[in-house]
Amino acid sequence: MNALTIQNLSVTYDKQYALEDVNFSIPEGSLTGIIGPNGAGKSTLIKAILRLIPTISGEVTVYGKPYKKQRSLVGYVPQRSEVDWDFPTNALDVVLMGRYGHIGWIKRPNKKEVQYALDCLKKVGMEEFADRQISQLSGGQQQRVFLARALAQDAQVYFMDEPFVGVDAATERAIIKLMQEWKEQGKTVLVVHHDLQTVKDYFDHCLLLNKKPIECGPTSDVFTMDNLQRTYGGSISFLGNNQVMMQGG
Amino acid sequence: MSYSAWIILTGCLVGVTCGVTGALLVLRKMAMLADAISHTVLLGIVGAFLVTQSLNGVPMLIGAAIVGVLTAVMVQALDSSGVQSDAAIGVVFTSLFALGVVLISFIGDNVHLDVQHALMGEIAFIPWDTLTINGVDLGPTAVWMLGGVLLLNISIILLLYKEIKISTFDPQLALSIGVPVVFIHYLLMTMVSFSTVASFDSVGAILVVAMLIVPGSSAYLLTDKFGMMLILSGVIGALSALVGYGGAVLFDVSISGAIASATGLLFTLCFLLSPKHGMIAKWFRRKKMQQSV
Amino acid sequence: MSEFLNFLSSANTQWVLLGSIILGFASGLIGSFVLLKKQSLIGDAMAHATLPGVCAVYIIFNVKSIPLFLVGAACTGLLATYLIQAIVKHSRIKTDASIGVVLSVFFGFGIVLLTYITKNTKGNRSGLDEFIFGQAAAMVKSDIQVIALGSLIIIIVSALFFKELKISIFDPQYAKGIGLPVSLFNLILMGLVVGIVVVGIQMVGVVLIAALLITPPLAARYWTDRLGRMAFLSGCIGGISGVVGTLISTAGDGLPTGPLIVLCASVIFLVSLLFGARKGLIIKAVRTT
Repeated sequence: MNALTIQNLSVTYDKQYALEDVNFSIPEGSLTGIIGPNGAGKSTLIKAILRLIPTISGEVTVYGKPYKKQRSLVGYVPQRSEVDWDFPTNALDVVLMGRYGHIGWIKRPNKKEVQYALDCLKKVGMEEFADRQISQLSGGQQQRVFLARALAQDAQVYFMDEPFVGVDAATERAIIKLMQEWKEQGKTVLVVHHDLQTVKDYFDHCLLLNKKPIECGPTSDVFTMDNLQRTYGGSISFLGNNQVMMQGG
Repeated sequence: MSYSAWIILTGCLVGVTCGVTGALLVLRKMAMLADAISHTVLLGIVGAFLVTQSLNGVPMLIGAAIVGVLTAVMVQALDSSGVQSDAAIGVVFTSLFALGVVLISFIGDNVHLDVQHALMGEIAFIPWDTLTINGVDLGPTAVWMLGGVLLLNISIILLLYKEIKISTFDPQLALSIGVPVVFIHYLLMTMVSFSTVASFDSVGAILVVAMLIVPGSSAYLLTDKFGMMLILSGVIGALSALVGYGGAVLFDVSISGAIASATGLLFTLCFLLSPKHGMIAKWFRRKKMQQSV
Repeated sequence: MSEFLNFLSSANTQWVLLGSIILGFASGLIGSFVLLKKQSLIGDAMAHATLPGVCAVYIIFNVKSIPLFLVGAACTGLLATYLIQAIVKHSRIKTDASIGVVLSVFFGFGIVLLTYITKNTKGNRSGLDEFIFGQAAAMVKSDIQVIALGSLIIIIVSALFFKELKISIFDPQYAKGIGLPVSLFNLILMGLVVGIVVVGIQMVGVVLIAALLITPPLAARYWTDRLGRMAFLSGCIGGISGVVGTLISTAGDGLPTGPLIVLCASVIFLVSLLFGARKGLIIKAVRTT
């Protein structure tokens, strides 16, 4: 079964297409890397799918039903740079925000919810930082807090926007481990990613994107030199043994 | 020159002086700092009065320049200590302005300086307050003061044109090639304070803000060229003064208020009709785009 | 001294003090959200923009009625906020310039209407003049009741939606992602700000009411890292400033209330900036040495 299907999705910024007629679908229980050069519309794609920015056309279905009806099944990990880390709140509180969708309006989180959030923090190895003001966390720790929040949300389909940017090796491993766990539980994960070297290790599916989807499918089929060259427009070269490197950026 | 001609001249001078300076502020994203300074110079004026016991032009200019630069320095200091910049502006200008207002209420009623005046100015009195040297009547003091500040501002801009331009566009680059970015920043703040205090007496704080920010914003919608924007901004400022004065006479209302409204009117026109950045032109472009989809 | 006590025991003074404390608390509370949303100056613009609304209502109905004034103020205040955002959205003008344009033009137009009223109506405009700087001493019981009731509603609404407001401000993208109507909460927050401005202008005046939204939360931020505590503390700072400023204003004759309240808040801010337990300059200096 397809966890996610996108049809005819288009986004424009003023006069230009940011995304043009995007169509693809993602099978349940897959780990998909969204790959493409800078300005290819990777983050835009996620935001358009989640209806965070206006689109001029397009339909999104999650497990066969329109996204609007399936919202509670979808979790989102935004880029770290998109929030104000000086906000007066601590790590536990941010994780608790992941439960807000379950708690409902006006009601306060109860002890059970707090415990749930604490467990999520524990899973990413951050329980000792629960009381820490978020600006006093390192980049990697902040990313883990976001991860814990996604966990707390308990979704079926996760979207992550550049989770590996500016994090330490331990956090990167923690993210990978969590993604694997999610996969084993039959959850579906889509990740905006730009490190081509690790694509084959991290993801079993790939979406190659440059304003339009170039190719989408299992990594072994799709992640080829030929396709990458079509995606990056020639600014790419092989360095022997399956190593791929981007040039000039 | 007739009574109303002097008023129109004063208004136009305010428009050009503030318009040219303000265009720089709009480009440097410091419009609200201008708003802050135009409020806080009140404290400088009151301070100058308390020290000299007179409403003489030169001490007022000095007082205003001091408080104007002080405002910029305090905002900068709070900003770099971690307070977000608009809150820093807010806290500094409300504090200093409140202090100015409270101090004013201690000054006796016989002095021609009150809060109402500070906010709205009294351009209608300008022609009577004339400058006399050796018994020769040289016309209104305000005109001389505004003319002087305008001349000063324009010469600074002409002299440092490329330095101002580059430090506005790319301060990092400017620093790296040795342009004194910080000096230019505070020079600009001093120019704003001077423009404000010269205009203050005639048009009050509110019109100063309008004249500093609105014509510059209108010009920003009309052109993509730096020099052209400064010129257009000055022209729009003067035009606003003319339109505003006409309206004020027609409806018998506050001249400074009417001029501020006129800047808004011209801005609205630019916002809607500008060929390149106007809303209607944009709307047409979008429609076309959607049809081609 | 006994004179002062006498003055304190007068019923009207007590009413005015009660009003100032609730108003100060409510504005400090709302201010915390506004500050974190980085919209401090939008509050300022909104406050200035209420002037034409008040004047227009007076011209149309020709009566000095506080509830009507509030309606007028709310209309132009909200219109101004809408315009600020519309200008940014539909043109290349940046937010700060947009705020400046709207603020100065609306206030200028307000002044136009104010002078029109002075010249074209027989009635005195003293009631309107006070809207510029506020005059607590001139207020009567019914004015205070409006302030107290309005502030109370504002406090209750923000307490009820505390959690939703918090996430919509902290991480709006995420909040949208979990299905919260973020734009509705933005609207609610704007409504609360308009509410506070509108009930507060009589006491503080349009020019300085923004300070009540900006300064107390800024001061409170130096003492705590938790939003809940910060909002409460900010409310308390607002309340204290309100009471002290009003006391000085009504005790001294004819001193404008708004500027005094603002100065009190500024002093508290200065103390917090220096001695604050979390980010205060002295603590920072001690830590780095």
